[in-house]
Amino acid sequence: MGTAWQGLVRGVELLVGLDPGVLEVVWLTLRVCGQATVLSVLVGVPLGAFLAFRRFLGRGLVVSVVNTLMGIPPTVVGLWVSFLLWRSGPLGRLELIYTPTAIVIAQAVIAAPLVTGLSMAAFQQLPQKLPAQILALGASPVQLFWTLLKEARLGLLAAVIAGFGGVVSEVGASMMVGGNILHHTRVLTTAIVMEVSRGNFAMAWALSFILLGLSFTVTAVLTLLQQGRRRYGD
Amino acid sequence: MTVYLPSWLRRYLTPLVVGILLIGLLAGCGQKAEGEAPPVASAKKPVILATTTSTMDTGLLDVLIPLFEKETGYTVKPHGVGTGQALAMGEQGNADVLLVHAPEDEKKLVDKGVVINRQLVMHNDFVIVGPPEDPAGVKEAGSSAEAFRRIATQEALFVSRGDDSGTHKKEKAIWSQAGIQPSGRWYQEAGAGMGQTLNIASEKGGYTLTDRGTYLALRKNLKLDILLEGEKSLLNIYHVMQVNPDKFPDLEINSEGAKAFIDFLLAPETQKIIGDFGKDKYGQPLFFPDAGKDENSLGM
Repeated sequence: MGTAWQGLVRGVELLVGLDPGVLEVVWLTLRVCGQATVLSVLVGVPLGAFLAFRRFLGRGLVVSVVNTLMGIPPTVVGLWVSFLLWRSGPLGRLELIYTPTAIVIAQAVIAAPLVTGLSMAAFQQLPQKLPAQILALGASPVQLFWTLLKEARLGLLAAVIAGFGGVVSEVGASMMVGGNILHHTRVLTTAIVMEVSRGNFAMAWALSFILLGLSFTVTAVLTLLQQGRRRYGD
Repeated sequence: MTVYLPSWLRRYLTPLVVGILLIGLLAGCGQKAEGEAPPVASAKKPVILATTTSTMDTGLLDVLIPLFEKETGYTVKPHGVGTGQALAMGEQGNADVLLVHAPEDEKKLVDKGVVINRQLVMHNDFVIVGPPEDPAGVKEAGSSAEAFRRIATQEALFVSRGDDSGTHKKEKAIWSQAGIQPSGRWYQEAGAGMGQTLNIASEKGGYTLTDRGTYLALRKNLKLDILLEGEKSLLNIYHVMQVNPDKFPDLEINSEGAKAFIDFLLAPETQKIIGDFGKDKYGQPLFFPDAGKDENSLGM
């Protein structure tokens, strides 16, 4: 396991020495995954709330679809988004293929069902009558939504963590719609695949440790947010 | 979570899921038992072949490997990776035989004693492709270095493989011939395989250097034309070589299998198959057989 050890040392060196090439890739990874997660939360949480508290015709079908999409293979999303964004595709005029925006779109599509499904489950943990009671106390719709968010925050942060985990670990779609272009669309996962194909195994190891560190740090921050104000025995 | 299910499904769902789990569990155990069985001593060990993406992507190996397996009784485990990774696999003793196209780097491995029995197998060639409008005027260039100089002066978009593959190494050699260190917004490194790189060049209207085979195989989806071809220095030469077992005494290098594979590639019948490969589909061969020739005598 000499290469792994070399890789670990190399990874630390690259970070401590603030290697500009690596920092650029790390920063783009954070930016793209962050934007995709935020986008999926903006779509997923309201949708989850709607599915949890509203009864309507075909709701069961929608829930089944969301649950199925929670496990959608990222390469499938990559293919669909590619076809949308290619010059020959319906959105070709936007010239988005092989740009960071394309990766954000694909990753948000991958994460949105995860966030929707998990936040729906989080809201369903709350009493079914709770919205009616809050409204009876004279709350505005915005206040209602805010209160529900606070009540369900444990499960909602789990949804955000799962969404971020889904996009930060994703490689197939990022490769397909981003193209792993240096200084433009190279993120940590695609860089690792590339370094392996170049035979730079030590560098691949180094990047893998950096990626693990990155996703651990972000997840730890989110977990602190989640667990922060909970005291056992409260 | 209430998921709507028809009543008949609801009734049988639990036994169904339990049944599937049980089957999965049993299958898993079965596999495990198989894995623990000692390998049969008389069976021939598989040959691990590290090769380039082009031999895999064009489908040549899909034709050759079954033939070899039928003739010799060996099984082949091909790893279609970039030349950079294929050479690294050889250097670490993770492969038995290499089929690659980066002569300079191969010679380094021969000098180190990592590989032996290096043989010329075949060649095809590199071409410069780009947008049909050809804004940089590559068509009028007299040589590949001149073409690259024109692209750089015009700052026309150039998409590089950027993955240390044989093609990427070739491209870098042409840049240094042209006396240019490519950098700037017009020079983009894809860090990806040939197919993906061609796609990026096509979508963004840029130039790239490609092997003819991959370009022909993907031509129908690309808005790219061949703008420069037929130069002697654009030859793309493939060699086969086996990993030296004496270098890796603690690893089980399958050198008999590797030698059998090399002999098979150089056999006249195989060479004929290589020369005919792709004629029916692309109207021209993708590779030209070269067994027994001298590398320096190859011309276009």
